[in-house]
Amino acid sequence: MTKEDLKIKLIELFPQFTTEIPSATIDESGTWLKMNISKEDFLNVVTQLKTNLSFHFDFLFCLTCIDWKTHLTMVYHFTSTTHRQPLVLQITLDREHPEIETVSSIWRTAEFHEREVYEMFGVNFLHHPDLRLLILPDGWENKRPMLKDFEDPINMIKL
Amino acid sequence: MYRETDIVQDTSIEGDLIINVGPQHPSTHGVLHLVITLNGETIKKIEPHLGYIHRSIEKMCESLSYRQFIYVTSKMDYLSSHINNHGCALCIENGLQIEVPPRAQAIRVLMDELTRMASHQLWWGANAMDIGALTPFFHAFREREMINDIFEETCGTRLTMNYMVPGGVMADLHPNFQKRVKEFIPHFKSKIVEYDELLTDNIIFQNRTKGIGIISKEDAISYGCTGPVARGSGVYCDVRKLNPYEIYSQLKFDEIIETGGDCFARYMVRMREMKQSLSIIEQLIDVIPEGDFQAKTKAVLKLPKGEFYSQIETARGEFGVYIVSEGGTTPYRIKFRSPGFSNLSALDFMARGSKIGDLIAIMGSLDLVIPDIDR
Amino acid sequence: MPSLENIADIIHTWLNITFNSTTALLIELVIVAVSAIGLFSMLGLILIMMERKVSAYMQVRLGPNRVGPKGMFQTVADTLKLMVKEGMTPNGADKFLFNLAPFIVMIVAMVILAPLAFAKNFQLWDLNIGILFVASVSSVSVIGILMAGWASNNKYSLLGAMRSGAQIVSYELSAGLSIITIVILTGSLKISTIIQSQSDGWWIFKGHIPALIAFVIFIIAVTAETNRAPFDLAEAESELTAGFHTEYSGMKFALFFLAEYVNIFIVCVLGATLFLGGWMPLHFGTDTRFNELMDYIPSSLWLFGKTFFLIFIIMWFRWTFPRLRIDQLLNLEWKYLLPISMFNLLLTTLMAIMGWHF
Repeated sequence: MTKEDLKIKLIELFPQFTTEIPSATIDESGTWLKMNISKEDFLNVVTQLKTNLSFHFDFLFCLTCIDWKTHLTMVYHFTSTTHRQPLVLQITLDREHPEIETVSSIWRTAEFHEREVYEMFGVNFLHHPDLRLLILPDGWENKRPMLKDFEDPINMIKL
Repeated sequence: MYRETDIVQDTSIEGDLIINVGPQHPSTHGVLHLVITLNGETIKKIEPHLGYIHRSIEKMCESLSYRQFIYVTSKMDYLSSHINNHGCALCIENGLQIEVPPRAQAIRVLMDELTRMASHQLWWGANAMDIGALTPFFHAFREREMINDIFEETCGTRLTMNYMVPGGVMADLHPNFQKRVKEFIPHFKSKIVEYDELLTDNIIFQNRTKGIGIISKEDAISYGCTGPVARGSGVYCDVRKLNPYEIYSQLKFDEIIETGGDCFARYMVRMREMKQSLSIIEQLIDVIPEGDFQAKTKAVLKLPKGEFYSQIETARGEFGVYIVSEGGTTPYRIKFRSPGFSNLSALDFMARGSKIGDLIAIMGSLDLVIPDIDR
Repeated sequence: MPSLENIADIIHTWLNITFNSTTALLIELVIVAVSAIGLFSMLGLILIMMERKVSAYMQVRLGPNRVGPKGMFQTVADTLKLMVKEGMTPNGADKFLFNLAPFIVMIVAMVILAPLAFAKNFQLWDLNIGILFVASVSSVSVIGILMAGWASNNKYSLLGAMRSGAQIVSYELSAGLSIITIVILTGSLKISTIIQSQSDGWWIFKGHIPALIAFVIFIIAVTAETNRAPFDLAEAESELTAGFHTEYSGMKFALFFLAEYVNIFIVCVLGATLFLGGWMPLHFGTDTRFNELMDYIPSSLWLFGKTFFLIFIIMWFRWTFPRLRIDQLLNLEWKYLLPISMFNLLLTTLMAIMGWHF
């Protein structure tokens, strides 16, 4: 499956792209197709992506977050072991109280990745089975060290 | 800041025994901390506690320039530091549209495959040691030492090479390189037979690994396993085949697939991969193209605004580098998708219901490198 | 020719001439105790050195080569280090049992020494149930191990001790049954009689296939009983860090370590006594010149030669095989070794009744 095929299929499936004020956009500039969707559509979209056999995105190989100082962006990299066409999914989140549905029930690898994003960026994954600190020691809850304005005079040396 | 060891106390339901395996334990090969809930000798639950060697490399890289941050990545998966450097270099080249000279491409592939072999050799010894056979470890080190010597001549160091730079490699090959590699090839060919005789064909070893830690193809995909762990379950996931970089598309080699999904399948994948790596080196060693070993690049690299992702096959699986650039001299955000992190998440699934001895065998078959997981 | 027997005789006569019989006996007891302890410490040093050299040879490396000529005094230096090291007792441990356990293990190993014959007529106590004594006393050592595991208040130790308990109790059956094979052939439990019965040929040759099977089972079972790899589940350093002696340090740890090697020595002496003719030289039928030549070699050398051969085999196991899992270990005993030993016992009995052996 090529990038264009994937785009056509995506537009067929999700009417959000074609409505008057699109709540979702598709970006073709990168190597891979990038899709921006809203938080409300998220769970519906990813479930479709996984279960719909014409996409069958069964392999979530990267899950991370970017701090843009004004907002956070969740980035999901999917690929399919049958079609082999990766897709990048981006969701914009509120910076102060980021919240998003978990995908750990769809891709089990997300459980660890989401725990990492939770402790590093403070994103609250709703309905996550076990949302605790994974890498950071106890007492680092809500410190969100990967945010750009994080200050730690002891451990960080400013270049 | 001093970190308190959060040793988990026995506060569970009656009848359960909670054991802390690690952070210092002979078979975690690093500072992995597993909290295991046991019922007798049977494992009920495994909970990894990570971060004992977390250095926040991703945050660190945000303040380092594109040339500098590559050197930090050597310290992640220290057993395939060449490949880590390579992955980062690929991502930068991808962003800057740098054409790497053919000689540099060949050198990179040679180094990658040597690294893969060295890493698998160490794993072979360590896996055998986990299962209780101590001798293979030293036999594996004998061969690994030869590879390390080859690296030392060309790169100057033995473990964290820092040899790949954006646009090629840092220095040309040492004049002895070809000779040393040609000495190594027949030596290792005879020794890999010895490996099989010593461990693979051993009945106790087979009993310890066959049917242990089974993970099906679907589960392996769902847990995001890559590398030998996924290929042992029959998942085609070799980046060198699926998404060829450098000159891999011109080389003849097989993607090793086993369908058992157990420790023995993963073991066999790695054993056969070593032979494939050897054949790649054989194909390349006599036909390294002449020419530049590095493309001409600017002194200060600036990636254009955008997002770049590159994948590379390390000895442990797919290593991904995700760079978000704002157009400056440093990456705005960088994310390393380490293979060990995802492979580790499948540990609980694999080991539930088996014995402590099996857990050690499974951990050995996952080939975990803790700095790679913690980053 | 000076042999151990002669030396012992000379001392005995001299003591009896110089002192009255009671004092002589007491002095002899002291000499015996001192030489037993001396033997033990020597054994510890030599066997540990041997283990390190054997392992080094198998692992393509050199082994200890710094202290003394060819590193011969490395173990002495190690012992010295262990002696001056602090023997710590963990806070939550049962102090009494914790400190008692290494001594139990050690004393048991020493007591087994009593009925063993080290050379011709050189035996501490030739009691008429010698083999039974060895078999029963050796099973006490599991109490020491369980005690160590329990008293340490450490979960690794506890698991190791439980494994060890299950393992030793199981493998004693096979070891016992293979010993009984020879007892049936000999018709005696007395060690001197067993050795004497092999004057015209060792049981491993005379006893046909049953003796051979019994020998193989004996070697497997005692390897398991002494907690040696591939049956070292009680220690299993890659699983349980160090198993039952995780919390021990200094001299208390050294006692466990020493006891392990002394136990190996003892079971190998036992194996040599039962199957390889003890101190009996190798004799071939009617070839008198060959037999006389063999007789010329001191009997103590024969025993130690055979013993060290068996010890080498057991070390060879350790450095070659991976470790079994606990259920596989018990399966091996209860599903394979025990039925085979029982059948073998039947076969031996038949053979002994019909007089088929030489």
